[in-house]
Amino acid sequence: MKMELNKEYVLALIAVVLGLLAGAILMMLTGNNPLQGYYFLIRGGLMSIERVGNTLATATPLIFTGLAVAFAFRTGLFNIGAAGQMLAGGLCATAIGLSFAWPKVILLPTAVLGALIAGALWGFVPGYLKSRFNVHEVVSSIMMNWIAYWTVYYVVPGYFKGPYLETESRKITEAASLKVAWLTKMFSGSYINLGFFLAVLAVIVIAFILNKTTLGYELKAVGFNRHAAEYAGIRSNRNIVISMMISGALAGLGGAAFYIGYASNIQIGVMPSQGFDGIAVSLLGANSPWGVFFAAVFFGLLHSGKGFMNAMTNIPPEIADSIIATIIYFAATSILIERCWDRLKKYLRGAK
Amino acid sequence: MWEIIVQVFPYAIAFTIPLLITALGGLFSERSGVVNIGLEGLMVVGLFSSAITIVNLEKFMPGTAVWVGLLVAAIAGALFSLLHAFACINLHANQVISGTAINMIAGAITVYLARNITGSGNIHIVHGMVRRTIPVLSDIPVIGKLLFTQTYATTWLVLAILVLSWFVLYKTAFGLRLRACGEHPQAADSAGVNVYRIRYIAVMISGAFAGLGGAIILVTYSGEFSGTVAGLGFLAIAALIFGQWKPWGVLGATFFFGFASTIANVSQAVPLFARIPGILLKIFPYVITLIVLVMFSKSSQAPRAAGEPYDKGKR
Repeated sequence: MKMELNKEYVLALIAVVLGLLAGAILMMLTGNNPLQGYYFLIRGGLMSIERVGNTLATATPLIFTGLAVAFAFRTGLFNIGAAGQMLAGGLCATAIGLSFAWPKVILLPTAVLGALIAGALWGFVPGYLKSRFNVHEVVSSIMMNWIAYWTVYYVVPGYFKGPYLETESRKITEAASLKVAWLTKMFSGSYINLGFFLAVLAVIVIAFILNKTTLGYELKAVGFNRHAAEYAGIRSNRNIVISMMISGALAGLGGAAFYIGYASNIQIGVMPSQGFDGIAVSLLGANSPWGVFFAAVFFGLLHSGKGFMNAMTNIPPEIADSIIATIIYFAATSILIERCWDRLKKYLRGAK
Repeated sequence: MWEIIVQVFPYAIAFTIPLLITALGGLFSERSGVVNIGLEGLMVVGLFSSAITIVNLEKFMPGTAVWVGLLVAAIAGALFSLLHAFACINLHANQVISGTAINMIAGAITVYLARNITGSGNIHIVHGMVRRTIPVLSDIPVIGKLLFTQTYATTWLVLAILVLSWFVLYKTAFGLRLRACGEHPQAADSAGVNVYRIRYIAVMISGAFAGLGGAIILVTYSGEFSGTVAGLGFLAIAALIFGQWKPWGVLGATFFFGFASTIANVSQAVPLFARIPGILLKIFPYVITLIVLVMFSKSSQAPRAAGEPYDKGKR
């Protein structure tokens, strides 16, 4: 088992290296120096305390969506609906933040809780359809993504329209924001917010649920073999719904971390890329909570450094998205790497 | 009422056609047993490659540039879909992850390249496709006004492809083999069908069709590349399911969805439609697809082996 886990991490690392190589080739193709590009990319993410804060703030929603995807994966479910769950959570949190004038100690927890519930609800639908009607969760989550997209598209201009633009909501007040003055000051004006601590807490809680509780054991059993689990008396249908709800709740919190933490309003017509990046985070983190954490911070670094890189060189910021996308592809095709790896090992053994 | 329908109809058709061709692509891929949720990305690839082609050619030959663009888009889509085919067929990768990767790679790399060319990442074309009224046929009462007035040539191209697709899938040996690979690849293999080859061809067809779909968006109603097709690829997947994986079903489903979206888009200009909340029209395709999935959960027409890699050693 331990061997197995090591191999997963090695494969993840190889996928990252290949992704970075692909990024380098892309930079070279467009006449840029990749070493310089990566230098500015990393510097842009880390060169000051403020930028470190921004990296962590960018990573925060990714930690949540990565956890969401990883948690569902452990139960044998593919939650491709993290983007929609994020939107649902973000819309709910923003709506609560804009509708009430309560003090921060009440308003902020209510908004976060609202995001959690909305996300869980958005995850419940695919979970229920899967357990009751055997509808594939990938298809239903995709539908739920676009239902969320169009809901935001019409609800925001209808009820929470900003003063100048039709395409985004009003800005939430300080009382509804996850940003707090002492933290912003500590990181000299960065975007970092309480969401990061929530995310760390979520990592700990999810690791605890998966490794130390009966629920986690049952969920994993269903993930390994649904029929065997049922034979052992585990109600797999119930576990599927619970797993999707927890997964959705995590993505919903990611929505809160993004829309009332990193940003302070919600825009229409945007499917949050963090939902799909979450799949990459989860694959890279080998579906383990702490693996997800570090993978998310790595992707956060790529995203937060890209602006600086773009300012210093001619490389467009989309290079970060290209690298992440290629990493997913290489993670999906890791069997190829695995085959080469095994062949190499055999060859080395033969050489001895 | 009639006049409004006549007015809206060309827009609805224009919106339906890219959806139809993309969903048809998905049909080929899924009927051969490979789930392709990368249609969205493949559309973006087609949109991008046709935009680049047309921008560079339209100075010399404005008329033909559009057609060259469509051709290039189909080829680019087919080539790009090889990534998906290789992952799913040779490497037995998770088809959903691979499809997601296709979507993300397409979205990121095309904008990356476009920014290197134009700076803003948007590419505008000057000459799109021209709407034409077909002589004689447009004089037929009722349908002449609806179907043969102010049409794009691409509409007829796509409808021809639809008929051809139906013929190939149901009336040829190749089509039978392709469907067999999606239902029971082991049985197809033991009957001497090269499952891998058929699936490769099917995925490439889906790439070519989706690429064409993206290009049609460009030359008919959008006129610019901005790095996204705003979920049309996923709407095509919904239409594929709603149409129960059959060519004529897909035609009905895409038209139904296309009409609903068009009404939502024009509802501000047409008072009659303003009473229907846009949100309902826009989420309706997805909700109805969920309902259809539930209703047909016992007797689903989905290809049985869709989503499962074919492993020769497994019987």
